[in-house]
Amino acid sequence: MALLKKKARTEAEIPTSSMADIAFLLLIFFLVTTTIDVDTGIGMVLPPKLEDDIEPPPIKERNVLKILVNEQGLVLVEDTPSAVQLIRDEVKKHVLNMGVDARYSEEPGKALISIKTARQTPYNAYVSVLDEVWMAYFEMWDSEARQLGYADYATYVDSIEEQDADNQIREKIKAAISIAEPDAA
Amino acid sequence: MAGHFQKKTKTKEDIPTASLPDIIFMLLIFFMVSTVLRETTVQVRTALPSAEALTKIDQKRLVSYIYIGPRKLDGNRLGETGVQIDDALVEDLGNVRAIMYRKLLEQPRLIVSLKVDETSEMGMVLDVQQELREAGTLRINYSSKRELPS
Repeated sequence: MALLKKKARTEAEIPTSSMADIAFLLLIFFLVTTTIDVDTGIGMVLPPKLEDDIEPPPIKERNVLKILVNEQGLVLVEDTPSAVQLIRDEVKKHVLNMGVDARYSEEPGKALISIKTARQTPYNAYVSVLDEVWMAYFEMWDSEARQLGYADYATYVDSIEEQDADNQIREKIKAAISIAEPDAA
Repeated sequence: MAGHFQKKTKTKEDIPTASLPDIIFMLLIFFMVSTVLRETTVQVRTALPSAEALTKIDQKRLVSYIYIGPRKLDGNRLGETGVQIDDALVEDLGNVRAIMYRKLLEQPRLIVSLKVDETSEMGMVLDVQQELREAGTLRINYSSKRELPS
């Protein structure tokens, strides 16, 4: 009969007090390994491939601002040597010319910036030129947005996204940047 | 007067810690989900150029990377310029077209992020771009760092 007597049972529970510590350890591991870095860069859209039998549309010479970057990273803007920092103002002058100066564009919608490099041009020279051109557009969009009563272009974009409206600024001042093929050496 | 300084209530001042593990687990799960472990080893050096006119790519799943830069060789030496997509170096540039076209079919809104070393020559970049045009992956992004204020 002694066998039927209840044996003193040990509690079969997992101690949970250290659960928080284990979770903390895992948390710290993931905290350290996580990189929430968003990829930043200069966005571009390449032109689609041209069909062989279709000619590219004709563009008036005066609407194109030609920027040439050579092997040493030196810059020619419309055949005049220029510093990289001066490109921004030159682009603005070209785009916002409104047909006044015969050397610059007829209207912002038709203005085109053409960047041409040599095959040996260092990449960072090209990026710094492209950066200046984009900054010119960003600044023009900013001032355009301020005229419409917004703090800057970014707030304008937010507001039109809410209203689902068209981006009038982008419509007016199109960022038209073309990357020309280098001359065959 | 002494009565004013006496404690009136006898409620416990402890913060209940019973739900602490749950909170920690919530945080843990958030970080587990958001973590992207690097799955590619980059075989070329890509010291990115710095720029000011930056745009962010928020949707990481749309992005596909192409690395262009001098190959990393043994003992910290650098070799010829190489092009890498995903895990492998692309020996023949003509293959870029097929690889990118396949990626475009999987993800029609593909953005190609070009991680190009700042010392690379434009010729290689332009060749890759030409291939991208052939493949129809037209949205590209010249990956660059934020310019440090000078």
